[in-house]
This record gives sequence, structure tokens and C-alpha cells, in this order.
Amino acid sequence: MSHSSTLAEAGNNQDGLSGLVKDWSTDKQTYHVPWGKAMMWIFLVSDTFIFSCFLVGYMTVRVSTTDPWPLATEVFALSFFGSDPIPLILIALMTFVLITSSGTMALAVNYGYRRDRKKTVLLMIATAALGATFVGMQAFEWSKLIGYGVRPWSNPWGAPQFGSVFYMVTGFHGLHVSAGVIYLLLVARKVWRGDYEKKGYEIVEITGLYWHFVDLVWVFIFAFFYLL
Amino acid sequence: MSSASGQQHPLGIYLKVWILLFVLSLFSYMVDYLHVQGPLRWTLVLVFMALKAGFIMAIFMHVMWERMALALTILGPPSILLLLILLMAIEGNYTESARVQYLGHDPMATPGHVSH
Repeated sequence: MSHSSTLAEAGNNQDGLSGLVKDWSTDKQTYHVPWGKAMMWIFLVSDTFIFSCFLVGYMTVRVSTTDPWPLATEVFALSFFGSDPIPLILIALMTFVLITSSGTMALAVNYGYRRDRKKTVLLMIATAALGATFVGMQAFEWSKLIGYGVRPWSNPWGAPQFGSVFYMVTGFHGLHVSAGVIYLLLVARKVWRGDYEKKGYEIVEITGLYWHFVDLVWVFIFAFFYLL
Repeated sequence: MSSASGQQHPLGIYLKVWILLFVLSLFSYMVDYLHVQGPLRWTLVLVFMALKAGFIMAIFMHVMWERMALALTILGPPSILLLLILLMAIEGNYTESARVQYLGHDPMATPGHVSH
């Protein structure tokens, strides 16, 4: 198969439904992507179910409890230099930091495929730094809530499940971000050394898939836990 | 040159989606900041959430350019979660009504305010 036809086939989803049938009825290979990418996607689908279990569990306890649910907009308000507390400001900043990191990651993937190693490494390091910033802000948020007396079994304002959901969901997400920072730095180091010059730079895209997934999960946590 | 077989797209589309995600996040924050309440709050928050999730998956994660066999593997199994959400919402509402009816709990209690 010539090079340009491979590109066209991978490039624009052109085969649609008949392509789906064709791919699933082949003897050899269903997914026409590098095996690492297929495995990353399968891992992410399984991770989707883990986070979904947390969020559905959160919905269930929140719907079933008769205790009042604490007001996230007040709990996560923050005042700067003695100003009135600004509602939810820290969470908004964390959201912007994570979206920015998703943007730098998308650019890193693009420069990887252009074989611009320097820009790829720099953008991956920027992504990791933004991720570390996010985790730092989350640690600050945790310490504030611990200071208010929020525990996994009680809090001063209402339903005790608020604390358990908060620590479990944001903790598990923060763990994913921390793991992603380490993963990004390891891959960035290998890109820098030129380990992928022969193999190609799909690995940057695979790392990017994980990172965008972490951002994707935050979109749902932000909406369901902090805004609703 | 093996690299050209991967997902390669113009930079512009990433930058546009990036800005769009910023704007959508700002909108969802404004929903809270401006104290929009009730069904309108739910609608706006969920619409902005769905748009953000959709753009991240479609563009940043390249799902819209993948072959349908892979795209359906990614999107198909999680769609069953809608059923789980429905069942658990019914179950949760039943539990709450039982607590109100048999244990005399007050479902209308208001949460304590937070002093900073």
C-alpha cells in the first residue's frame, strides 16, 4: 500500500459504516493504529468506568440523603488580600490551568509528528509543569477544607457524604494528574534523547491521549461536583 | 518516514478549540458567579460540559478522524452508563422518599453557611 493512501485512510474516517464492517471482518487486525494507541484507548475506556462509578455513586448518595448538601459555591470561595470571598475562584483557576495544559499537549503531539524534537520536549515539559501546578492548587484546596473541619465522615455544614465524595473523587483525579506528570516527563526525556527517531512519534500522541483524558474527567467533576 | 501515518492536522484547529474551551469554561463559571439557579442552571452547566467534553474528544483526542471501528469501541461501551445513571437516580429517589416517609426526616433542611 502506497504511503499516501495510508494517510488518506487514516486521515478522514471516510469509510464510515462499511469501513467498520470491513475492519471487524478482517482476519488479521481490526484497529489500524499502533498497538500502543489501541491499548491506551482500552485502558482509558476502563478508567472511564472507574470514574463513572465514583460519579454515579456520588449522585446516588446525594439524591438519597435527606441532609442538606453543602453549598460548593461558598465552600470553595476564596478571598484575596482581605477582599470579599470570590465564589469558586480556585476551582475556576484550576480548570483554566488544566485546559491550558491540554492545549500545550495538543501542540506537543503536533510538533512530534513534524519531528521538531525541541518544541515537542519544551511543550511536554510545559504541560507537566502546568499539571504539577494543578496538583499544588489541589493540595492547597485540600488543606483549606481540612482546616474547615471537613472529614470523609462529617463536615460543619450538612450531609457527611460531601466530604467522602470530595476526597475520593478529587483525590483519585489528582492521583491521575500526578501519574500523568511523571509519565510526561519520562516520555519527554526519551524524545529529547532521540529514542523515537526510527520508531516515529506516535508515543507522544499516546501520552497526549492520557493527558486529555485527565482533562476530560475534570470537565465532568467540575460540572457535577462543583457547579451543580 | 513512518511519522506521516499518524494524526497530523493543521495547528490552527488546535488553537481554535483551545480558545473555545477557555470561553466555554468561562461561561460555566459565570453560571455560578451570576447565581443562575433552577432548571436553567442545570441546562447551561450540562450543555457547556457536553460541548467541552465533545471538543476535547473529537479534536484533541482525534476521535473524529479515527476509523469507525475504533471510535465505536471508545464511545459504545460507556454509553451503557446512561442506563446505570437512570437506575441509580430511581433508586436514590426511592431511598430518599422512604427516609422521609418512615424515618420522618426533613428533606427541605438548608445547609449551613460557610464563614471564611
